[in-house]
Amino acid sequence: MWELIQQNRRKSLVLFFLMGCCLVLLGYLLGASYLGPNGGMIGISLALIIWLILSLISFFAGDSIVLGISGAQEITPDIHPQLFNVVEEMKIAASLPAMPKVYIIDSAAPNAFATGRKPETCAIAVTAGLLARLNRDELQGVVAHETSHVVNRDVLFMTFAGIMLGSIVLISEVFLRGLWYSGGSSRRYRSSSDRGGGQGAAIIAIVAIIFAILAPILAQLLYFAISRRREYLADASAVRLTRYPEGLASALAKIADSDEQLPRANKVTAPLYIVNPLKREGEKLSDWTSTHPPISERIKILRGMAQGAGYLDYQQSFSHVTGNATLIPASGLKDTAAVPVRIASSKSAVEPSEKSLKRGVGDLVRAMNGFLFLTCACGLKIKIPPDFKQSSLPCPRCRRELQVPTAELATVAVGIEAASTEATYVRKSDGWESFQCACGKNLQLSPAFKGSKIVCNSCGKSTTIVSSETK
Amino acid sequence: MAVLLVLLGILVLVVIWLVGMYNSLVGLRNQVKNAWAQIDVQLKRRHDLIPNLVETAKGYMQHERGTLESVTNARSKAMGADSVGDKAKAEGELSGAISRFMLVVENYPDLKANQNFLALQEELTSTENKIAFSRQAYNDQVLFYNNKIQMFPSSIIAGMFNFQQSDFFELEDKGDREAPKVDFSQK
Repeated sequence: MWELIQQNRRKSLVLFFLMGCCLVLLGYLLGASYLGPNGGMIGISLALIIWLILSLISFFAGDSIVLGISGAQEITPDIHPQLFNVVEEMKIAASLPAMPKVYIIDSAAPNAFATGRKPETCAIAVTAGLLARLNRDELQGVVAHETSHVVNRDVLFMTFAGIMLGSIVLISEVFLRGLWYSGGSSRRYRSSSDRGGGQGAAIIAIVAIIFAILAPILAQLLYFAISRRREYLADASAVRLTRYPEGLASALAKIADSDEQLPRANKVTAPLYIVNPLKREGEKLSDWTSTHPPISERIKILRGMAQGAGYLDYQQSFSHVTGNATLIPASGLKDTAAVPVRIASSKSAVEPSEKSLKRGVGDLVRAMNGFLFLTCACGLKIKIPPDFKQSSLPCPRCRRELQVPTAELATVAVGIEAASTEATYVRKSDGWESFQCACGKNLQLSPAFKGSKIVCNSCGKSTTIVSSETK
Repeated sequence: MAVLLVLLGILVLVVIWLVGMYNSLVGLRNQVKNAWAQIDVQLKRRHDLIPNLVETAKGYMQHERGTLESVTNARSKAMGADSVGDKAKAEGELSGAISRFMLVVENYPDLKANQNFLALQEELTSTENKIAFSRQAYNDQVLFYNNKIQMFPSSIIAGMFNFQQSDFFELEDKGDREAPKVDFSQK
C-alpha cells in the first residue's frame, strides 16, 4: 500500500513537471512576444506569480471553498448515524489519524467527494440522493473510494494540478483575447517599428499564439490523464479497504442509472467527485477528454475481480478489461499474497422505489434543517417543521390527536456556580424528542443520539443532555 | 583539513540518517500498538451495546429465550476472559451468537419496525464491521512494520536496537481451532 502511494507520487510528479514546463514556456513566449527578447524572464515570473497566488489561496482556503461551492452542510451523527458509522469504519480500515468531517449535499443526484490536503483534516461529502439510493455495503464502497483519495493524497495533488491548469488557461485566455481586441493596430505598429530583429520577433509572436492555443489543451489532456489514473487507483484501494468489490460496483451501477444532474458542480470541482457530475456516460471518443474513466469500465473491472480483493486482483482484472498493461507497479503488489473477499452483510435486498427514494431525500434534508418526525399509530409519518409551536395536532389521516414531543424550554440549570449558565435537558425516553433551546429554536434528539451536549445551530449555545437512566 | 571536514560531514549525515531510521521504526512500532488497542476499543464497544440490544429485543422475542441467553452468556464470558487465547475464543463465540441472533430477528417484523431497535442494530452491525476493519488495519500495519524490520538497510538498525517482529492477528494461532466456524476476517 505504501509503495503504491510512493510510486503514485513519482509518476504524478512527472506529469506535474510537464504541466509546469507548459506554464513556464507559455510565460516565456508571451513575455518575449510582447516585450521583446528580454521579456521572456518577466513573462515567466509573471506566470509563476499568478500560479503562486492561486496556489496559496487554494492551499489555505481550498477546502472551505470547495465545500461552499458544492453546498455541503456538515452533519452530526444523529442526522444520519449509518453514514457516520460507515465513515468511521473506513477511518479505522485506512488507519486515518482522525475522524473525517462528514457533509451532506442537499441534492437528489447521487454523488460524493472528498477534500482535505492531509488525512488529519479531511472531509467527506455525499449527496442526499446517494444516501437514499444505496444500501449499507454500497455506501461503504463509495466512502472507501473517497477515503482512498485522501489516503493516496489525490486531493492534494489534484488541487495543485488543477491550479496549474487554471493558471495556464487563464494566462493564455488573457493573451489571446488581448490579441483579438488589439490585434490589428499593434501588429501594424510593430511591423513598422521593427528594424533588425523583425524576423525573429514575428516568429516568436506566431509561436506564442500557437502555443497559447495549444497549451491549455495540452495541460488539460495531462490533467485528465492524471485524474483518470487516480480514479482507478482509488477504486482499487477502496476494494482493498472494504474487501468487497461488489459493493462499489453496484453503487457505481446505481449512480450511472440516475439521470439526475448535480447543479452545483462545475469544471473545477468535477474531478473531485466519485463520478463525473457534468457528463453522462459517453462513448469511447470522449475518453481522452474526461476526468473520469467510463463508469461501465470501472464496474466491469470491479466485477471481474473474482478471486480476491487485493491490488493484484484489481490489476489482473484491469488489464483484462482495458487491455492496458499496468496500473499498479509490481512493487505495490508484493504484499497482497491473498486478500479474500468478504461476504455481503445481511440487508434486505429490496430496492427503493422512485417514490420512496424521493421521500428519503426529502426526509434527510428536513432532518438536516431541524424538522421533527412523528409516527402516528395508523402508520402515517408526519413531518413537523422546527417553528411549529402547538403542543398537539390531529393526524391528517386518522384524526387521532398526537402530542408533539414537548417543545418545552430547556431548563436553565441553576448551577452552584453562576458562571455555568448552561441549559440542561433531561431525556424522557429513547425515542425522538425535541426541546426548545434558550433562543427559542426547537432542537431534536434522535434515538441514536449518544453525546452529552447538543449545540444549537442558530444561536450556538450548547445544552447538556442528561439521559433519563442516569438521572 | 578539507578531507577531515568532508569526513566529518559524511559522519554527520550518517548519524542523521541513523536517527531518522530509528525514529521511523519507533513510529511504526507505536502504530502497530495503536492498531492493537483499536481492536480492544471496538470489542469493548460491542460488550456495551449488547445489554441494550437484548433488553429491547426481549419484549418481542418471547420464544427465543435461548438465542438471547446465548448472546448474554457469550458476552459475560468474553468480558471475563483473561489470556489472549481465551479472549479470542470467547469473542469468536460472541460473534457467532450475535450473527445467529441477527438471523432470528428477520422473523420478527414488529421488532424490525422498532426505531430504537433499528438504531441499535445499525450500531451493532457497524461495531462488528469496525472490529473486522481494525483487525485488518492491524495486520496491514504489522506487515509494513515487519517488512521494514526485515529489509535492508533498516534491518541493521532493527537488529542493533532489538526491534521484534509483531505477530499477525490470525485466529488459528490463538487456540481457536475447535471453536465454531466463525472467521473474523470474513465478516
